[in-house]
Order: sequence, then structure tokens, then C-alpha cells
Amino acid sequence: MDAGRHIWDGASSMKPINAEIIEVVEETPTIRTFFFERSFDPEPGQFVMAWIRGVDEIPMALSYDNAITVQKVGPATSSLFELGSGDSIGIRGPLGKGFDRKPGHILLVAGGVGAAPLAPLAEKASSEGMKVTTLIGAKTKKELVFRQRFEKAGNVLIATDDGSEGKYGYVTQLIDNNKDYSQIYCCGPEIMMKKVLDKVPPSKAQFSLHRYIKCGIGICGACCLDGLRVCKDGPVFSGDVLKKSEFGIYRRNECGERVKV
Amino acid sequence: MLSLTLTGLKLKNPLMLAAGIMGTTGGSLKRIADSGAGAVVTKSIGLEPKSGHSNPSMVDVDCGYLNAMGLPNPSYKNFQHEIDTAKEGGVPVIASIFGGCSLDFSQISIAIHADAFELNVSCPHAQGYGAEIGTDPILVEEITHAVKNTVDVPVWVKLTPNVTNIKSIGLAAQRGGADAVVAINTIRGMAIDIESGYPILGNKFGGLSGRAIKPVAVKSVYDLYEALDIPVIGVGGISDWKDAIEFIMAGAQAVEIGSAVGNNINIFNEISSGMEAFLSEKEWTLEDIYGMAHQV
Repeated sequence: MDAGRHIWDGASSMKPINAEIIEVVEETPTIRTFFFERSFDPEPGQFVMAWIRGVDEIPMALSYDNAITVQKVGPATSSLFELGSGDSIGIRGPLGKGFDRKPGHILLVAGGVGAAPLAPLAEKASSEGMKVTTLIGAKTKKELVFRQRFEKAGNVLIATDDGSEGKYGYVTQLIDNNKDYSQIYCCGPEIMMKKVLDKVPPSKAQFSLHRYIKCGIGICGACCLDGLRVCKDGPVFSGDVLKKSEFGIYRRNECGERVKV
Repeated sequence: MLSLTLTGLKLKNPLMLAAGIMGTTGGSLKRIADSGAGAVVTKSIGLEPKSGHSNPSMVDVDCGYLNAMGLPNPSYKNFQHEIDTAKEGGVPVIASIFGGCSLDFSQISIAIHADAFELNVSCPHAQGYGAEIGTDPILVEEITHAVKNTVDVPVWVKLTPNVTNIKSIGLAAQRGGADAVVAINTIRGMAIDIESGYPILGNKFGGLSGRAIKPVAVKSVYDLYEALDIPVIGVGGISDWKDAIEFIMAGAQAVEIGSAVGNNINIFNEISSGMEAFLSEKEWTLEDIYGMAHQV
């Protein structure tokens, strides 16, 4: 896969390390950022396996060098939401391949909590002198994530499903003149990412995927999208690789059964 | 140079993908076939869809990996199309199957079309399945016999090392009509998070794979080679071509590779090149080194 030159070297794959929570920030009514006392030194787009002891271990994008940003969606994230400063969880990572940063004017397309891996990319790209434009989509104004971080890094356009902020509609409707961009980076619900993929030159776009991940280290195959291991070959893939896959059509559930996206 | 016939299957090399590794989707099996494997074995498939144990289900423990996946699988009813996709890789596809009794095994094997079956009677962490059956010679013989009566392709039986005497289980498989035995599955193990006292795996304990278990696997293959008339397939901690050669010298007709695929998806090509170079330099054939450790 060519969508990332930052290859995990195996040294960080050991047992979960203890990470103490030092601060919890409520980003939106359903999304919180958990800051840890230690940095994981990730490349933007890499993820960790977050172990809420006695409950579950789940893949989470790093939204800062020392933080994950989580939407409350199920038992594991609900348990995590009960934790606060002074509590700790186990962390394996950083894992996987992050975004491959290309010079020039880049476009970021964020949907909901999909802003989590894109915000550190915006900051890093901006600090390296790249021009950054970000399109943020959310259900409603209160659910916009990391707006100020993106605004500090460059231009921002917003779309909300209910029209409470920015354009009334989907973030994908904000994409135009994509020829102006050297690279397009996208993370959000899969249906939204598929729409982006259908709208832009696939070889110029990178997508951060979400799949059910078990081992996190490229062995078990539970997260495979056709032959691609989301945990190890990804989670970031280039659009031309995804174009030939079941991306946007099927995902696999915990049993490995095909489920329509 | 590395081609062989294994229980009637023609293989371009003796290096196969082990069960439970990248074996849930047809696309991932095909990718391994395209990366030089002589054959691929699927994820173990059972009667009903199963989500497996809660995470963490795999952890790196320095000397190898501990896992307790818990046999997640989409069931045999949703799996034939994955096998058919895997077949596009052009190498034999072996279906690994599991069940709680001989009837389960028959029901699954009659419905699945594959080039061979590998009976998983050796998973160390699934209640009512795997090693809970595979430690009982009478059950192993009965299950093997049942599948042999159901299918007309080769039947291999994968053995657990978590027994006092692996030869007695191998002999039971042979009496049941097995065409080969596969040794070994993982070794029971556990890891504890010292910050909290929690066992790390969601299932608390699991099976150890990788480098650490290679000497145990080599000894098992060596013993089974002496005790059985049917071929032995070696598996357990193979990470490079030297490991593969060692297993064949111990008496394995072919080998399976699992954990090492994670960090090196191209391992099958690398191991076959390494074996070819070694055999050329020594002026040996695959046949020459097969069971060599028993002859010197």
C-alpha cells in the first residue's frame, strides 16, 4: 500500500501500557477527549487500542500526541465515559499507518468524530508550511468537533444536517474545484467517505477507515477489507486502492459476516 | 524444486498459511496465496455465527503472542463464497472446521466444498470445543471417522500440545482414518497487567504462539513422525526458512506459518527462496531432508 510511508516498526506492539487520564474535555454532548499523562508520539492518522479493563479493548484514533477523542456509541465507550482524571486505561500503540503528507494545498474533509485524526494532520501540515482547507460536517452546530483547531490551521467551511451552522446539508456538497488540491484527506462515516471517493480523483485522496479490530497487529484478519488489513496496512488507504475493494459496500461484523454499509 | 504431493494435493511448495491467520475473508486468503503460499487454511468455521471473546483478544508477550479470539466465524452457511474467492489464488484451500461433536463436524463438512479439511480439535480456549475434545482419543477418532465418511477429500486433524502424550491423540486420528495430522495448536498461557492485576486477555487465558513454542512443536513433530504412518504437518513458531527446514528434518512433510505473517506478509516468498538456496548449496532435495533427524 502506498498511502503512508510511516511504517510501524513492531517496537510499540508490546503489552498494553498504563496511561493515566489527566483531563477530560467535553467537545460536544456526545464526544469527549481524554488526555493522558504520556505522549504516544504518533504520526497523524495512527491509532491505539484502548483497553478499558474488565470491559473491552477498542481502536481509537489519536487526536493529539497524548489524547483520544471518543464518541459514546456502545458499552466500551460508555464505560470510558465514566472515567475521569486520575483513572487509567491500558494503551497499545501507536499502531497502523497514518496519513502520507504531500506538499501543496491540501483539503481535509471531516465528518462528525472523524475530525479526530484530521485535526493533528491539519496542525502538522500547517506547521510544515502547507496550505490547509478543511470542510467539517456534523449533524448540528453543537456536534462540530475541533472547529478552532482547523481554523487555526487554515480555511474552514461548515455544513450541518439541520442547517444550524454553515451550509444546510452534507459536507460532501461543499467539495468543488478539487483540482486545486494536491491531496485530499477524509475521515467520517463510511457512506460519506464513499461519496467523497466518488467525487474526487481517487489517486489524490486518502481515507481513514473504521473496522471491527481484534488483534490490532495484522495477524488475525478480523478487520480485513477484502485482502487489506485495516489495522496494519491502514487505517489510512489511498482512494485508488479502495476503489477496487468492498469499501462503501460491505463491512464485516464481529463474526466476519458481510454486512451492508 | 520445492513442489510435493501432500495427502494427494499438489503443492508448489510445502509452506501453508495456518488456520486463524487472515482467514476470514476470501480476499485475505487470496492475498496470501498471491504472496507465495503453497496452500491456505481458512479461519475455523463452525455451525453458527460466533463473535468470539471480548477484547483484548491478542497480545504481544515478547517471546510470542497470546491469543483468545474465541473462534469468531460467520458459520459454514456464510462461508462458501469466501472459499470460492480464495480459490482464485490458484492454490489449494483447506477448510478448518470446528464443532462440539461428530455430528457438528459432519454437518459442516458435507456442506462445504474445499480441497481438504483440517479438523480443529485443539483450540485451547473455547468452552465445549477444540482442545476440550482433542484431549480425548475416543472423541478424536470418532470425529475423524465421521468426517472421513462424509467427504471424499483429504482430512487432516490439528492436534493440541496441551496433553500428556500427543502420540496417543495422533494415533487416534490415524485410527479414525485421518490423511495427516497437523501439530501443534497453541499452548495454554496467560499474561497479567501488573498495574491493575487484570488478566490482559478478555478471556483471561489463551494460547501461546510464535517463536517461543517452536521447540515444543519440533519435538511434537519428531515424536509423531516416529509413531504414525500418515504424514505430519508442522506448525508452531516458524519465522524464517531455517525454521521450516528444521521442521522438515524433524519429520514434517509440509509446514504452516501463522504469527510471523503479521510483520511480514511476504514471508512465504522469502522462505521458499531461502529454502531453495539452502538446498541448492547443500545439493539436497526436499525428499533428502524429510525426517533427516531420525536417520542420522
